[in-house]
Amino acid sequence: MESRRNPRAVVDPKVRQVGFFTSSQPDSSSSQLQQPDPISASASSPPVSTISPSGNSLSPVMIPPPRHNSSDAFPLRNAVVASAVSPSSFSYSSRRDFPDGSTTASPGRHSRGSFVKSSVPVASSLPGIGMDSMAAAKSSSVPASGLTTVSVVTMPPGLSEKASGMEVESDHKKNSKPLKEKTTKAERRAIQEAQRAAKAAAKVDGGKGPAVTSASVASTSAKAARPAKPTSQKNDVAVAAGAAEKKGGPSEKDRKKDAPHPRMQYDDESRVVKAKRRAVVKQTEAKNRVELFRHLPQYEHGTQLPDLETKFFQLDPMHPAVYKVGLQYLSGDISGGNARCIAMLHAFQEVVKDYSTPPEKNLNRDMTAKISSYVSFLIECRPLSISMGNAIRFVKNRIAKLPITLSESEAKAALQSDIERFINDKIIGADTVIVKHAVSKIRDGDVLLTYGSPTAVEMVLLHAHELRKKFRVLVVDSRPKLEGQLLLRRLIKRGINCTYTHINAISYIMHEVTKVFLGASSVLSNGTVYSRVGTACVAMVASAFRVPVLVCCEAYKFHERVQLDSICSNELGDPNAISKVHGREDINYLDGLTNNANLQFLNLMYDATPSDYISMIITDYGMVPPTSVPVIVREYQKEHLLV
Amino acid sequence: MWRRSPSFILDERRTSSSPPMADTTRAPFQNPDSISAYYQTRAAHHGVITSEWLSQAQAAVGGVSGDEHPISSLTDLGDGKSFNVIEEFNSWRKQPDLAEAVAAIRALAAVIRASEATTMMELEIELKKASDTLKSWDKTSISLTAGCDLFIRYVTRTSALEYEDFNSAKSRLLERAEKFGEISCKARRIIAMLSQDFIFDGCTILVHGLSRVVLEILKTAAQNNKLFRVLCTEGRPDGTGVLLSSELSKLDIPVKLLLDSAVAYSMDEVDMVFVGADGVVESGGIINMMGTYQIALVAHSMNKPVYVAAESYKFARLYPLDQKDMAPALRPIEFGIKIPTKVEVERSARDYTPPQYLTLLFTDLGVLSPSVVSDELIQLYL
Repeated sequence: MESRRNPRAVVDPKVRQVGFFTSSQPDSSSSQLQQPDPISASASSPPVSTISPSGNSLSPVMIPPPRHNSSDAFPLRNAVVASAVSPSSFSYSSRRDFPDGSTTASPGRHSRGSFVKSSVPVASSLPGIGMDSMAAAKSSSVPASGLTTVSVVTMPPGLSEKASGMEVESDHKKNSKPLKEKTTKAERRAIQEAQRAAKAAAKVDGGKGPAVTSASVASTSAKAARPAKPTSQKNDVAVAAGAAEKKGGPSEKDRKKDAPHPRMQYDDESRVVKAKRRAVVKQTEAKNRVELFRHLPQYEHGTQLPDLETKFFQLDPMHPAVYKVGLQYLSGDISGGNARCIAMLHAFQEVVKDYSTPPEKNLNRDMTAKISSYVSFLIECRPLSISMGNAIRFVKNRIAKLPITLSESEAKAALQSDIERFINDKIIGADTVIVKHAVSKIRDGDVLLTYGSPTAVEMVLLHAHELRKKFRVLVVDSRPKLEGQLLLRRLIKRGINCTYTHINAISYIMHEVTKVFLGASSVLSNGTVYSRVGTACVAMVASAFRVPVLVCCEAYKFHERVQLDSICSNELGDPNAISKVHGREDINYLDGLTNNANLQFLNLMYDATPSDYISMIITDYGMVPPTSVPVIVREYQKEHLLV
Repeated sequence: MWRRSPSFILDERRTSSSPPMADTTRAPFQNPDSISAYYQTRAAHHGVITSEWLSQAQAAVGGVSGDEHPISSLTDLGDGKSFNVIEEFNSWRKQPDLAEAVAAIRALAAVIRASEATTMMELEIELKKASDTLKSWDKTSISLTAGCDLFIRYVTRTSALEYEDFNSAKSRLLERAEKFGEISCKARRIIAMLSQDFIFDGCTILVHGLSRVVLEILKTAAQNNKLFRVLCTEGRPDGTGVLLSSELSKLDIPVKLLLDSAVAYSMDEVDMVFVGADGVVESGGIINMMGTYQIALVAHSMNKPVYVAAESYKFARLYPLDQKDMAPALRPIEFGIKIPTKVEVERSARDYTPPQYLTLLFTDLGVLSPSVVSDELIQLYL
């Protein structure tokens, strides 16, 4: 009861509590709070096994993480925190690369690789909640550590083993402590060996030795991970260098094999680790991740670009056109659903043009794999929009359907023209049809409201103005993007009478509006419109004022998925964009607070508008009610295959 | 249009001279030419609606009508040049039992029959021209436009046409045209059969307007020995409710006449509302005689089902956003006393009922929920 009313800060945002916890230890969590340094508090906070907060201290909105994660997620996350805090330039992802050991080509490499893999499925298969699950995790992770120690033993002595051994040791340390009697002989031996290895490594390291050993003996795993940090950095340097020499980045085969799912759940630690290993773009994880949105990638912004630029020559499998588009996504030079999609398709055209089938390979399969690897690169730069997903599906479909009898040049020409046709018919052509339909709904004397800067709506307004319809436009805008100002500029240049306001004034300004025109990033098959954040607010206010809401959206953006809220699938923007106001130093009240553990910035990019608030969706198939989206999706997809 | 916000003054100044309201200031009877042709037709039909009309309608349903009217197009075949769609249409339209759209469909079928085109393309163009003329004959009639469009879609959208020689293609076209006409003709009967499950013994039905489909439904129900009571709204200004109630009384159905303004008063005792439709629009809403919207609103707020009976040829590719978002069909209103010229009179003859206030649509395609209308339309026109 009491803990439920507590502010969210009481629940350590770094630690996920799973399931129902029987014994509550309020003093342990409060003592955490009292620690002066939030970082050390979070770093030193023992993993769930020791803290075991009561079940109802879970925030009511908190999503319980996947159960199988409970065993190995916490030490990892603590390590992440420590590494992110330390002034080192090395990021979480580079550390992540390490336990794979893939680049050292040591004999122990194989089994080490299996460390991550083996422990996860075992843990996931085990039932149990709370304390039970912890116990289960222990027993499951002990064999895993045993595995690793074997690898440690077999490996030639070096810095890298020591660090890894330390991790392993610290890992098992916290696990094995409460149930010593349960461990088998072999396991105990493995543990001992691990400890020995860790000690030896610490001695090699010199000054840091005592800290490490003390950590291994008494303190929690998180503390152990922290001193280990600098050494592991060195290792990383060596490892990275070795990687660059030997492979030149992750191999293409590796990349294509398991391209991340476009909607990967980023709170699923094991998947994230896998994705990281392949990643070309080194993203720094944001420090204070918003609890409800942990499943979405949350990165530090503005750090990747220089890194990626320097790596340009190392990435031979990446086509320059794709690379360029990826960089443009990353820097925000290309935004807007249609623009991004067209840019991507043009890049793919270039890819097709420069493609030549490698010997002993099949064009259909090899090119699909190539496209997949490019797509995963683009996802790393910025999550795909649904429209892009549809376009990619189209391209892959076309590749797969290429007749085997075609020669390579013919196939390439066919593909290029197919992509061109997609751009012309489904995007550009669709827009002209939408404009034609939408203009018929604009009457003289209308006051039209639009939000943000939807391209389709802009075309509608300009065309209506060309037809000498007499109307006024209300451009509603919002921080931080202020896209509406661009639209405003273009409309005013054409001589359209405009009013500009921010979304805060929407309820006042809605009186005088006769129609609301909105754009959409996607329309889902329950009629939900997925669009720029703020759209739902505008639509709801409009429907409360009984103003018709018209959504302009090309049919290629329709998707058969159903989404009920804006949480499951969304994109998070740069938190700095909402914490700072550029050019206004006098109101930057949040200066110095951005690293505060109690503060989380949520900069959502999209939201979902329920179909109840939408009067009409204008697509290239005409004006349809939101209830008819599934029909269009069905018919469209049929056609999709035929195109 | 007139909002509270002061900044709207800007727009009001700009639109103050806009025509829509201007002509309504004139006395309603001084410009009979502005009366919607659709309502002229309806008025003519209402004049002849009697029991003998009913028997005639019965005959029409049986498919006799095609024989008893010497098909004028047969005579036209000889002098194809002078063939006129409108005349043909008007000759069909004179039959009181035939809906306007069905008349148009028959007329268009006659166009195919009379055509001297030698290629498919030519024939299609000719058909298109004929349907355009029909549509322009009365722009306000939704069912006429929709019927013409649907006919063209239905008749010409068959892939088999491409592989055959012209004569067999033409005969196939004619076949389809006849079939479509027949379907349209039987539509009312189908709807009446479908709706029987919804009328239970002892129910009270509120009816608005004079819809031939609704009349058919009630008549069939009476023939099936269902016991029910009907409340008829008066249906100002053309007294459609009075006509309907007299028809129903002839069938020995207990019927009660209401003022249009007494709907909310008597909604308590009503079990269901039956209305016809001038047109069913893409959102699933209907365009019908003035007053339907408010009845639907009242019924919705009292949780009474609103059933719409409409033939599928009334499905139109329209999507009105609000009441003013359609071409107004004007009609004269007789107030009995002289109205000062400065008083404006709202002469619009129909309103739009949004789909959220409708429960079900009885069509010859089946009993549909409003959202299915758009699905059917998309599949038809896609």
